[in-house]
Amino acid sequence: MINHHLSDKLLMAYSAGSLPEAFNLAVATHIALCDECRARLASFDALGGVILEEASAPDVSMESSALSATLERVKTGKPTPRARQTAPQDALLPAPLRDYVGDPSHIRWRSLGGGAKQMILATTEQATARLLLIPAGTKVPDHSHGGLELTLVLQGAFADEHDRFGRGDIEIADESTHHQPIAEPGEDCICLAVTDAPLRFRGLLPRLAQPFLGI
Amino acid sequence: MGDMFDIARPSHTARQAVEAADKIFAERETKRRGKRQPAVSAANGLEWVTLLRKVADAQDTDAFTALFEHFAPRVKAFLIKSGADHAMAEECAQDVMVTVWKKAAQFDPSRASVATWIFTIARNRRIDMLRRDRRPEPEDLSWGPDEEPDQLDILSLQQESDQLAAAIAQLPHKQRVMIERAYFGDLTHSEIADETGLPLGTIKSRIRLALERLRHSLS
Ligand SMILES: [Zn+2]
Repeated sequence: MINHHLSDKLLMAYSAGSLPEAFNLAVATHIALCDECRARLASFDALGGVILEEASAPDVSMESSALSATLERVKTGKPTPRARQTAPQDALLPAPLRDYVGDPSHIRWRSLGGGAKQMILATTEQATARLLLIPAGTKVPDHSHGGLELTLVLQGAFADEHDRFGRGDIEIADESTHHQPIAEPGEDCICLAVTDAPLRFRGLLPRLAQPFLGI
Repeated sequence: MGDMFDIARPSHTARQAVEAADKIFAERETKRRGKRQPAVSAANGLEWVTLLRKVADAQDTDAFTALFEHFAPRVKAFLIKSGADHAMAEECAQDVMVTVWKKAAQFDPSRASVATWIFTIARNRRIDMLRRDRRPEPEDLSWGPDEEPDQLDILSLQQESDQLAAAIAQLPHKQRVMIERAYFGDLTHSEIADETGLPLGTIKSRIRLALERLRHSLS
């Protein structure tokens, strides 16, 4: 049961195609796990359909040869038939994320100290995406956020002063969020964390650790 | 607007449903006279679905031509408003229409209007064209080759799409401009309003139901 969803503005920006790659990845991964947001996204795409219908401008028309050129390109091919989805569901990594991480049994973790680990994913520079592993029962360093940060739980759960986040839940945090999430006991917590600004840690030790975070 | 199309599911055949939908469209058209015209005329949604299906099932070039004449200039205008020059927009609009042909069988009319579906193709082409950030997508869910979405789901979704177009046409000018700027790629995430206040609840619920039926068929 997913309780924490994407915001309208994230869905609208994703539908419009104007988010940085790392945020696109977080949105797509949540939607892979959440049919409620899949339907919400489809409703924002419907809005895009309305905008496309209205986009006609009196001075814009296709060139006179356009239709025949297009028919020439399609006449050799039948439309691709529908196929059943056969891709196996991975227990940890939904499809969009698998393309970035590779083999889920060989995640290239780097230690962050205290048992925590991360793997930075290759995206464009405006925002950073990484997998985070927080050992069961341990605290995530107390930090505030310089910009927008999305944290999507893939395994285990974490909780802060206000809420609990389990698989599929996404936390949307910004400058005003100060919290100290703790991974629940039992299973190590693995998250996809995306941010458009470096995290600012507030405790002394985490600040010392920050150079090792590579962000 | 609400549910103008609540027909009890088991007691109606698909044909009766089409007739009922035609009647509702006709009534709505009468009601609308004298009011401001929305950009999409009421019955269009279903007509485009029929034409696209002819392309998918029979490679019908007449049907494709009708789709091309309506949508290609709109895709081109959409790309120009998104920052492309005329030559690039022309080339990409043709590419989009080639994709429409190739992927016609993948279109699911219980979850999108034809305009919506073509919008998603045009958006993706624009991202390539302008070398914008890569946009990973969730895996596509689709009906297998031997099943079809429910006829009533198709009718309600197409009708809901037409109603959405009418509702957007009624929004205050300022709000419509905001939506257009967002979809032409002029607004960043942080520039989009927190509360968009858009009338998307009903169409979302329709899509949600269609998704549930699809999930059920997949399991
Ligand atoms: Zn969700």
